[in-house]
Amino acid sequence: MVGLVLVSHSAGLAAEVVALTRGIAGTEAPMAAAGGMADGALGTSVDVIERAVRSVDQGDGVVLIPDLGSSVLTARLLEEDGRVVVADVPFVEGAIAAAVAAGTGVPLADVLAAAEEARTYRKL
Amino acid sequence: MDADVFVAWFEEAARLVHQDRDRLTRLDAEIGDADHGTNLDRGLTEVCKALTGAPPASPAQVLSTAGTTLIRKVGGASGPLYGSVFRQMGKQMSKAAETQGTQGTQEARVPVTLAAFAAAFEEGVVAVERLGKAALGDKTMVDALAPASRALALAVRDGVDVSEALGQAARAAAEGAKATIPMQARKGRASYLGERSVGHEDPGAASAALIMAALATVAG
Repeated sequence: MVGLVLVSHSAGLAAEVVALTRGIAGTEAPMAAAGGMADGALGTSVDVIERAVRSVDQGDGVVLIPDLGSSVLTARLLEEDGRVVVADVPFVEGAIAAAVAAGTGVPLADVLAAAEEARTYRKL
Repeated sequence: MDADVFVAWFEEAARLVHQDRDRLTRLDAEIGDADHGTNLDRGLTEVCKALTGAPPASPAQVLSTAGTTLIRKVGGASGPLYGSVFRQMGKQMSKAAETQGTQGTQEARVPVTLAAFAAAFEEGVVAVERLGKAALGDKTMVDALAPASRALALAVRDGVDVSEALGQAARAAAEGAKATIPMQARKGRASYLGERSVGHEDPGAASAALIMAALATVAG
């Protein structure tokens, strides 16, 4: 199964979006939060993200979903063609769409495509 | 320009950024998230620690170590951005050394020419433009780095000596930083301010100017 990593400046935000996604998507897809610096401060840490990637990597690829700013920049540094990809999607909706798709066991490209569809969802 | 010059570059850059930390943070407080001075100060201090702990033999290794350290130690955008510039420069220099056959235990100490430095610097700027998807005029560090790169390329073309060339690059970076004042930000947090970002110097461009000034000082 494709793994997901939620990357945020805030450890709390990343952890809560993972919890929300698990609750709503209700899937077995491996998911990890990579928020904040190693010492808990606001920021993005390449080490924290790398650890999260390793924890969800089952060999089918990993989708990184960053919130904004340096989360995006740091996540992009970890991209590996066809293995670790960054999704340019809304943080919450993209995570849920990706988790639902990943839970069905589809390949990385399909999980990414499902996440990207979330970009056009309208709330009203 | 040998490895010692590049180590001295980062030491001087760390000193200048530390000295101007509050100004950089103040610039960032106006249009960003007020962490640029502190983050870069901490990042460059870590770079100096890494470089003095195990001084690398080649210019390429100095730049790679500096880039990787910034990426690992800085939690804000300046870490991955500056980190990519220096890491890419290191990569480019080691590739150039390989094609010239000057790579190896003894030969690794071979200094880089101004032309090789200018070429590596250009690659570094391209890397940061690609990572941040920023172009000239977006009110980012690219507005200081790209003019510096152009100044270096012109200096190489005109056969200007190293000291003069680095002076010109530093001036181009400083002018580029000042030129961000009337710009409207199109990248990062400042872009959310829209027209209200006009009238403030971009902190990333300001720190890039300091870093280029540091190089002119140590190799000038």
